Amino acid sequence: MTTPLVATAATPAAIAVRTVSKRYGNLTALADVDLVVAQGEFFGLLGPNGAGKTTLISIIAGLARASSGRVTILGHDVVDDYRAARLALGVVPQELTYDPFFSVRETLRFQSGYFGLDGNDAWIDEVLHHLGLTEKAHVNTRALSGGMKRRLMVAQALVHKPPVIVLDEPTAGVDVELRQTLWDFIQRLNREGHTIVLTTHYLEEAQALCGRIAMLKAGRIVALDTTRALLARVAGVQLTMRPRGMPPAAVLARVIEQRDGVLTLRLNDAAEVTQILAECAGAGCAIDELEVGTADLEDVFLQLTSDAPASRSAAAIRAADGMPA
Amino acid sequence: MSALPLPAPVVAASSPAVSFRTLLTKELLRFWKVSFQTIAAPVLTAVLYLLVFGQVLRDHVQVFPGVGYVSFLIPGLVMMSVLQNAFANASSSLIQSKIMGSLVFVLVAPFSHAQIFGAYVLASIVRGLVVGVGVFAVAVWFGPPAFAAPLWILVFAVAGSAMMGALGVIAGIWADKFDQLAAFQNFLIMPATFLSGVFYSVHGLPPFWQRVSHFNPFFYMIDGFRYGFFAQSDVSPWVSLAVVAVAVALSFAVALAMLARGYKLRH
Repeated sequence: MTTPLVATAATPAAIAVRTVSKRYGNLTALADVDLVVAQGEFFGLLGPNGAGKTTLISIIAGLARASSGRVTILGHDVVDDYRAARLALGVVPQELTYDPFFSVRETLRFQSGYFGLDGNDAWIDEVLHHLGLTEKAHVNTRALSGGMKRRLMVAQALVHKPPVIVLDEPTAGVDVELRQTLWDFIQRLNREGHTIVLTTHYLEEAQALCGRIAMLKAGRIVALDTTRALLARVAGVQLTMRPRGMPPAAVLARVIEQRDGVLTLRLNDAAEVTQILAECAGAGCAIDELEVGTADLEDVFLQLTSDAPASRSAAAIRAADGMPA
Repeated sequence: MSALPLPAPVVAASSPAVSFRTLLTKELLRFWKVSFQTIAAPVLTAVLYLLVFGQVLRDHVQVFPGVGYVSFLIPGLVMMSVLQNAFANASSSLIQSKIMGSLVFVLVAPFSHAQIFGAYVLASIVRGLVVGVGVFAVAVWFGPPAFAAPLWILVFAVAGSAMMGALGVIAGIWADKFDQLAAFQNFLIMPATFLSGVFYSVHGLPPFWQRVSHFNPFFYMIDGFRYGFFAQSDVSPWVSLAVVAVAVALSFAVALAMLARGYKLRH
């Protein structure tokens, strides 16, 4: 794990989480989480369901209170100096929410006003324009599609022009086109200087967008590094094949996943592909399908967050296929 | 997607007064947008009570000397409507926004707990008073009005609706489901208002039930409010004011404490 980025008094961290723990009775949702997000970063927060991502975001946003530890936003404590901390933060919650009494424009005017801004219509118009909501400005939020409601939630997080924006799974349940639209917009915000913290289950998005990533498992950080460094942890090549027949034991020993007759192997380099194919051929095992690829963030994620062993025994694979051990 | 340039991020200068005013405006607009349900319906309900109970009981219930039963009933119905609708405004707004999830956008904003409390309670007072004026405007056609001490009318109307607004905040925060809120309303608020002397003078009750009534803070609100119309009451308006003031202070303290602790709002 790399050393957290150092913030100074002149350039405080966008978000600093210092030894934060959160307990619900006997359940520890977060345990001594330490991380720093520098200003201007595009930061990813990943982890399986129940890892504590939303709990951590809730604490950062002031929606939950840490059992111990401290969180600051641009140097402002989220509890003791909550007003300045919340002014600096925009949050897009995970759950799709809206107020059915009001139109899109009314919702955004209220949100602006909540942050103490009067006469913010010019910026509201720009946000509506950037998010493709201008034509829906006078429509009641009840009548919006799910994608439009999701865009409105992003707009609500931006009306007070926060320097730090946290998005909790913003593309969950969203179609491909809208997902791309949202990411284009969020990347533009980041280029303009906004700090972005993102949680997502779409690991290819995190790999493409985030410069640095923290991975949570059972309330603890199991990895905190640049995306490039994390990818370098899982070196080598991934071979996916559908054998016709039973591969030899030496090949089965390299299998990391087996599903519907398709085997996935972890190899050190591309040269081992030839060796694997030769061993299969030598055992009389033909191969119907073959794919070779490099490691991605999902591999890192699975390696760090899974309890299963990295490779499975030949007997386990035979048993999964319903064959005698 | 737009090609317009985006402004560089700044921590916006903001006004706490604007924040408070916005939340209050939102809460007022929320009930105004469905005024058929929030204002017209309670007015109709009160008028129905007036028609039915006024006709059935007017020759059978002794109230204040020189005061006809229908005239006696009107202030009670007005105040009952004020109290119930003040409670409903805060409680329904909070439970709906909790269940819909939209409350999160209030909780992530830089409100103090006092600002949140103040906005919800002030909106409840406004709705309570609007409904009260509506009920009175219709009911006055059934019985001649009297304004012996109008300042007491205003004091008890505002104090009563403020207390009920605070109770509405408490109930709205505490309840996790609509039926829990309904239980609060049906088993606490409704009995307390109905058994507070709206339809009768407590002097007409057996001594035991008179004493029980004196433990009900709603009785003092109704009685003090009615004093403003007839300069007659079951207890001194100053006693009523003292009891109501204590009830207001207690309800305010509990509601503010719940908001300050983030009880059921911030885990």
